[in-house]
Amino acid sequence: MLVEFFFTLRKYGLKSSITELLDLLQALQQQVIFADTEAFYQLARLTLVKDESQYDKFDRAFAEYFEGVAAIDLASQIPDDWLIPDIIRQLSAEDKAALQGLGSLEELLKQLRERLAEQQKRHAGGNKWIGTGGTSPFGAYGFNPEGVRIGQQGSGARRAVKVWDKREFKDLDSQSELNNRSIKLALRQLRRFARSGAATELDLNGTIQATSEQGGYLDLRFVPERHNAVKVLMLFDVGGSMDDYIELCQQVFAAVRTEFKHLEFFYFHNCVYEGVWRNNQRRHTEQVSVLDLIHTYGSDYKLIFVGDATMGPYEIDYPGGSVEHWNQEPGRLWLERLLAQYPKAVWLNPQPEQWWRHYQSISIIKDIMQQRMQPLTLEGLTQAIKLLS
Amino acid sequence: MSFQSTENYIVSDELALAVNAAMTLQKPLLLKGEPGTGKTRLAEELAQSLGAELIQWHIKSTTKAQHGLYEYDAVSRLRDSQLGSDKVHDIANYIKPGKLWQAFTAQQRPVLLIDEIDKADIEFPNDLLHELDRMSFYVHETGQQVSAAQRPIVLITSNNEKELPDAFLRRCFFHYIRFPDADILRQIVAVHFPQIRQQLLSTALDVFFELRELPGLKKKPSTSELLDWLKLLLAEQIPAEVLQQKQQQGGLMPMFGALLKNEQDVQLVEKLAFLAKRQGR
Repeated sequence: MLVEFFFTLRKYGLKSSITELLDLLQALQQQVIFADTEAFYQLARLTLVKDESQYDKFDRAFAEYFEGVAAIDLASQIPDDWLIPDIIRQLSAEDKAALQGLGSLEELLKQLRERLAEQQKRHAGGNKWIGTGGTSPFGAYGFNPEGVRIGQQGSGARRAVKVWDKREFKDLDSQSELNNRSIKLALRQLRRFARSGAATELDLNGTIQATSEQGGYLDLRFVPERHNAVKVLMLFDVGGSMDDYIELCQQVFAAVRTEFKHLEFFYFHNCVYEGVWRNNQRRHTEQVSVLDLIHTYGSDYKLIFVGDATMGPYEIDYPGGSVEHWNQEPGRLWLERLLAQYPKAVWLNPQPEQWWRHYQSISIIKDIMQQRMQPLTLEGLTQAIKLLS
Repeated sequence: MSFQSTENYIVSDELALAVNAAMTLQKPLLLKGEPGTGKTRLAEELAQSLGAELIQWHIKSTTKAQHGLYEYDAVSRLRDSQLGSDKVHDIANYIKPGKLWQAFTAQQRPVLLIDEIDKADIEFPNDLLHELDRMSFYVHETGQQVSAAQRPIVLITSNNEKELPDAFLRRCFFHYIRFPDADILRQIVAVHFPQIRQQLLSTALDVFFELRELPGLKKKPSTSELLDWLKLLLAEQIPAEVLQQKQQQGGLMPMFGALLKNEQDVQLVEKLAFLAKRQGR
């Protein structure tokens, strides 16, 4: 009974176990619910899914199993919070003037939606995604990896959408991009190794306890020293192709900043060469030599690169390959030096993972990093933290 | 025996089903959700509606699973032995039962709340697996087996600060308490403030949901904050018209401190209000 359903769930990547299926069957047997699909949906979710980030997968699997996969209401899912930061960033002076004319951001968003809708009609090719090269000034927003189609608001043919078809937990899916809080949560896992190393510190409470248990016979207890300060050295790629990900990187940065006491961060452009900088405005005057970096921060620092690694291969492999200045030694050498000093290192790449194989430079960097490259999603970040700890 | 909304606590159908299923199958129910959606409150109300005792175990970062079972107070035994007290010969005098023990030996089936389990060490849930499964444990010092006469109703809350181990999750039912929609929220408010004027309430809810939808807020206000805010509005006797006026003109709502708990959020709202005002001119 329900075996088919169970396998549908597994097909969608849910890790439900047999025990949980038996729980569900037992609940049905005890008639917790009776002949009510919606209640069954809730009961099945209650017993089979143990994490709200999996709810979306469950919804999709449930919809498939019970057919009636009604069209998902995409129009209402245009992600305002993705759009707004991007709009603000890309505004030119004229746009800002126009914005004042239009009034609020909401107005602007509305207009944007209308314009996107029109654009879609012009590309009358069926379900076209909105591409980056559009004529609309807003066309660049089409990069949304989830591929949300816009412009269906007007279609009056709204079907009654079932609970699971609304997929309201979509934004909790861990494959999706991050928000500040989820980044913090992921980073928090780095705290795990608080006490490590040899037991050298006298544990006073433990000693008293142990001594008492022995009836007064002295029993010394030791604990490892507390290494509660995880040290992190972050290098951010700025400028050029990274502009698309500024918002995301800022969020990561803000989260990292509050989570670590020992955090050093520097910027680079495309690839690391002999100099990095702390202040992007004064990047040409106030560079810090990477050698100084290596000599200043000990090898117990964990090194995190954040960058899209999208560049010409010569920028990594050849002297003088840098697009900004003449570099005596190739970027690869500098990366390898950093990695030799910091054995715990990882590269976070905001580019969606499925695009990686299209860029030669990404695979080069990935090789240099010994495959330690992760996408900048919650799952990727969690993996990255595992690599670091 | 089924759990439903009470006079002073509103549960959604989903949640009621979850609680009832967990009670019927005698499984622990793990609750997650935004802070302030009434996770802890649920245990209190459940205990009250069943007329059962509520045993609360608040977890801290230093809590160990053993604390829930029992503690052996060896230090006072040592002291007693120095003083030559007779108590010292029976080790049972120094075994202090923990919350789980209390729950297992209660006269009537109690409600056991394990609050904020994610605060504890990452291994904590694993250490409790057997005890929650079998509802019994062994006291090494006295050789005593403590088992539950009847399985307590176990509610566990988590704020998602740490991931819980799979083995533990498999043994629980899981429910994610979603933020209530406007209808349910209206019911909740009606339960807390019966005499609130309809107009004030609907304006206040408008302001509240508008605020929650604002992108970029660090901390979205939750139900408990809404209730606090309404309390203040009522105490200050702010009429609905004033609230409405403020909303239309933009500007910070009166008593915003109850809703916005973060300086940056206040600034953000102020900034948007400023934009709105300029547009109005």
